[in-house]
Amino acid sequence: MNSDKITRIVLLLVSVLILVIAAGMVFSLVDGAIPAFQKFGLKFIFSNNWDPTQGRENYGALPFIAGTLITSVLALLIAFPLSFSTSLFLGEYFKKTRIAKVVSTMVDLLAGIPSIVYGLWGFYTLRPIMIKFGIGDQGFGIFTASLILAIMIIPYATSLSNEIISMVPADLKEAAYSLGATRLEVIATVTVPAARSGIVAGYILAFGRAIGETMAVTMLIGNSNVIPKSIFDTGNSMASLIANQFGEADGLKLSALIAIGLILFILTGIINSIGKFIIKKMS
Amino acid sequence: MENKNILMQADHSRSRLMKEKAFLWIVVFFSVITISPIILIIWRLIQKGIHQLSFSFLSKTTPDAFEAMTAVAAGERIPGGIVNGITGTLLMVALAAIIAIPTGLISGIYLYENPGKRLANLIRNVADILQGVPSIVLGLISYLWVVRYVTQGFSALAGSVALSIMMLPMIVRSTEETLKMIPITIKEAALALGVPYHKVILRVLIPTSFSGLSTGILLGISRIIGETAPLMLTALGSTAINWDITKPTSAIPLLVWEFYNNPYMVDMIWTSSLLLMIIVLSFNLMSKQIGTKRK
Repeated sequence: MNSDKITRIVLLLVSVLILVIAAGMVFSLVDGAIPAFQKFGLKFIFSNNWDPTQGRENYGALPFIAGTLITSVLALLIAFPLSFSTSLFLGEYFKKTRIAKVVSTMVDLLAGIPSIVYGLWGFYTLRPIMIKFGIGDQGFGIFTASLILAIMIIPYATSLSNEIISMVPADLKEAAYSLGATRLEVIATVTVPAARSGIVAGYILAFGRAIGETMAVTMLIGNSNVIPKSIFDTGNSMASLIANQFGEADGLKLSALIAIGLILFILTGIINSIGKFIIKKMS
Repeated sequence: MENKNILMQADHSRSRLMKEKAFLWIVVFFSVITISPIILIIWRLIQKGIHQLSFSFLSKTTPDAFEAMTAVAAGERIPGGIVNGITGTLLMVALAAIIAIPTGLISGIYLYENPGKRLANLIRNVADILQGVPSIVLGLISYLWVVRYVTQGFSALAGSVALSIMMLPMIVRSTEETLKMIPITIKEAALALGVPYHKVILRVLIPTSFSGLSTGILLGISRIIGETAPLMLTALGSTAINWDITKPTSAIPLLVWEFYNNPYMVDMIWTSSLLLMIIVLSFNLMSKQIGTKRK
């Protein structure tokens, strides 16, 4: 066997490792989740009772699925005007200027801040403001968590839409200008429609990020294991629950937490695949 | 339909220009709000954390709860530092990098060398999905694999495995994207000279794309340094310096979490977070620096 063939085989074998890891992850999560699903069946997903008390153990994931989705959607709604404006700032109004470079570096740095530092900042800076406005329970709750999540996902939403917006062909825009359109009209009728699918994909990927965030959410959401009645109520998310309750977990409870990890895995997998699919279709 | 509207009302009326101006101001206003958190966060960390940053903070291990309690009760500064976290982060991040960098580079080269192949497309898509998996789930996985079966207890190795699975897809994709940018003629020239394939990779592909590859690697490292959640399920933490990869180990983010939960040690969170931020941001900026030099 010649050396070129060996090189090719090494490349192939190492690359297949990614598939093995992914398959192993699915297998281990499903395997670990089986006891919980065996005991509760599909009720595990639709029951809203999480009770680890020995003897009457009952685990339902609905409060956490709800908490995760509500915080993430709310974070997306809060992040949208901010990141959309920023991508117009970077990709349209101040394209290729020095100020745009500074702003884009700062937005990128936002993505580099560790989740736990966001959590601390939220706890010590945002929460007192929330208390002042009487929001949430001692400032904790869905809204506070969503606010910090919104800041965390802004860079992911911004970078993609900025890139797409700045790629809109100049002749399209110039055609509209030559008809007498103002810049705002060009943005509304030419740039945004042309960049629409890319912008949507960016927000979908940002949504996927929000769903999996753990530390900052766990420090601010209030960690109450019930379905929140309003956005100012406390609640809990799937990722946050795993982080909170993993320490003392074994047996059925551990299996229930792994099952929640599985749901989280599937959910983020679907959302990210949709986002990547849209991007692929564009290019 | 909307385009027709523009034509019909092409009357330079004041309201259109007003709207135009107002929108620009809205864009600028929201952009300023967007970047303000980074300034506020860094300012807060410096303001609260800088005064405790000292040699002993960087060279002593964390105090136990009793020591901290007596110091707080006496109104003194909490003794000790976070050296066990610094060494733990160093150990686990280095180990994760050792696992993830070669694997990621090789897979990235494979993807680049086999464009359009079914298997390559599958690997690329799976890598993309892996990149989106929440870090806490990676912690669960490493718990199920390493803590349960390999080290039979919480360990630095388990933490590293979780971090390396997180880092791997980032390196794979950045390697492929970087390689795509080097001119194919360079590679063809080497092949035409009869250079063996592995030497083409080691002597041509990797050196020509070196700065791009390091950008991806540094960015990957900066992402995993700050990770807390997966380490909570795998490395657990330790109050002593530990270099044994089969034993529980601390890390700077883990210590921040411990201080946050311990009312007597709250004073130490800002300095530890400041240090964490300095490390993360310097990796981040370093990768940017290399990236811009390339262009």
